[in-house]
Amino acid sequence: MADAARLRTPATTAAVQRALEGHTRPWSEYIFQGLLFMALLISLGFLLWLLGDIFIRSLPVWTDRGVGGFVGSNLSSDPLKAGIAQGLFGSIVLMGIVVVLVLPIGIAAAIYLEEYATDNAVTRLLNTTVRNLAGVPAVVYGLLGLAVFVAIMKPVDGLNNGRNLLAGGLTLAIVVLPIVIITAAEALRSVPKPIREAGFGVGATKWEVVRSHVLPYAAPGIFTGVILTIARAFGETAPLLLVGAAAAGFGQAANATVFERVFGPYTALPTTIFSWARQPQEEFKALTAAAIVVLLAVVLIINAIAIILRNRYERRW
Amino acid sequence: MTASQHAPLTIGDLRGSRRRRQRELIIRSAFFLAAATAVLISLLIVLTLIGEAISFITRVDPAALISGSWRPRADSYDLASLIAGTLIIAGIAMLVAAPLGLGAAIFLAEYATPRVRRTIKPILEILAAIPSVVLGFFTLTVLSPQVIDRFCPGSTPVFNMAAAGVAVGILITPLVASIAEDAMYAVPNSLREASYGLGARKRMTSLRVVFPAAVSGIVAALIVGLSRAIGETMIVALVAGGVGGAVFNLNPCLPGQTMTAAMTAQAIGSDQAAGGLAYSSLFFVGFVLFVMTLALNLISERFVRRIRSAY
Repeated sequence: MADAARLRTPATTAAVQRALEGHTRPWSEYIFQGLLFMALLISLGFLLWLLGDIFIRSLPVWTDRGVGGFVGSNLSSDPLKAGIAQGLFGSIVLMGIVVVLVLPIGIAAAIYLEEYATDNAVTRLLNTTVRNLAGVPAVVYGLLGLAVFVAIMKPVDGLNNGRNLLAGGLTLAIVVLPIVIITAAEALRSVPKPIREAGFGVGATKWEVVRSHVLPYAAPGIFTGVILTIARAFGETAPLLLVGAAAAGFGQAANATVFERVFGPYTALPTTIFSWARQPQEEFKALTAAAIVVLLAVVLIINAIAIILRNRYERRW
Repeated sequence: MTASQHAPLTIGDLRGSRRRRQRELIIRSAFFLAAATAVLISLLIVLTLIGEAISFITRVDPAALISGSWRPRADSYDLASLIAGTLIIAGIAMLVAAPLGLGAAIFLAEYATPRVRRTIKPILEILAAIPSVVLGFFTLTVLSPQVIDRFCPGSTPVFNMAAAGVAVGILITPLVASIAEDAMYAVPNSLREASYGLGARKRMTSLRVVFPAAVSGIVAALIVGLSRAIGETMIVALVAGGVGGAVFNLNPCLPGQTMTAAMTAQAIGSDQAAGGLAYSSLFFVGFVLFVMTLALNLISERFVRRIRSAY
């Protein structure tokens, strides 16, 4: 009894508590946590510095020429007249070609790999190939575009020896196709088995189950993936340089027809940025920054839409 | 009561009508064709690369291959100087991206509150989407003249491999952080609780329990980062200073050239006629690059498979 009473004194309770909690956390714990936090801050900070610097650098262009004056002007060697109209047109056409080609082929391939394919050698080959294609540097696809698409179009398209938007679009489509297949397959995989079994249970065929049961649930994931991929294609530069998107300015009559714009010399927004960044004149720095602001605005808005979509329609099974 | 209700049901009845089966077959074949395009593309890549690379090797003067510099216009095709540039820039990039990316990943997975994690993770993903030509311009105007040149006194100002390497490192840091964080976040809580139960503190738990448990994912993140660094083109093309060709050089403070940038430099430099030696050399370099990144991807896939089987 006496022992028990002594054990319950506040002094012993405090001693036990101190022993359990340990002493104050040693400095090394704080230093380690501080270092980790620094790593995060530096990685985010660098990129925020980049965004801030480029935005400030671009301000003179917006105040002097206005958004319309810059976005609506053609390429020019005179920094006071140069604009990104041709680059923006080229990029938009390229994205159109990419979406038209990649959306059906990418989703169909993903459906085959996830829903139809049985686990055999052919399927494993397809899966490995797709994953490895996603890791091939984009510039290598540029070589493929140069040797295949440009060469095919050369005899047909005399305006620029086959170096047209169609060849560029096909090349970009091949760059992003594996990524679309992988993300769409992931979205299909996340739809649980019982959903499919419900369809088979009432006598639906495979395609009917896919169309009515799997695709509706997988659609948000698939579209998020596709949107992110398009954002990536929008900023892709190296393969376009290889298939001949003009890195320097090119002359084009103001009244050029759409046909001439698609099958003649072309440029895209990122290749315009690349060629301006290489100009030695100081005036082009502000122009480059302004073009980058437009590019980043498009890329970041597309990304934000995808993330909002994903958060809104994400489903936990 | 009709007779059909009593007739035994055969497999034939369950298979449905012939038209329905035909439609299924057509759809199935269309999907298979779509998937097969992936294989077709890789075959095309390999065939075009190998074809032109062989044509290059057979026609090039062997002395030009060990001439100590890469200058296609002067007919010198020293692959070693490109590989040296590639490895130096990728190495510097990894020196930047590995500590920053892994540090950020440990912080997000182990220390950050769920709310901070939910906010930072999408920001990291968005930052990983910044096109590399943008980072190239930033390096050219700010990073290289204001930061790198201080650490490289007496070197070639602005245009050097150190600047390109650091910039590539910053570019791949969000990617490395994101993949490594996924791997550490996937480590089950029971492991952490067991560690705390034995009296370990947070740092001990992070470094000695969670980190080893997630090591295959972390290695995969580093390899994917390295593969991206080797394939990175636009930063190097703008900043490394090798556009007109480059000599063999191991000093990061001097200009250099990578395999990727050598390809774009030729593509924009002049309008070579197809069939020329310089044109074929593009494909030779592309083939070497393809083999290097393919090897890295295969290794990282092996590590990713290991993490999948673990939990």
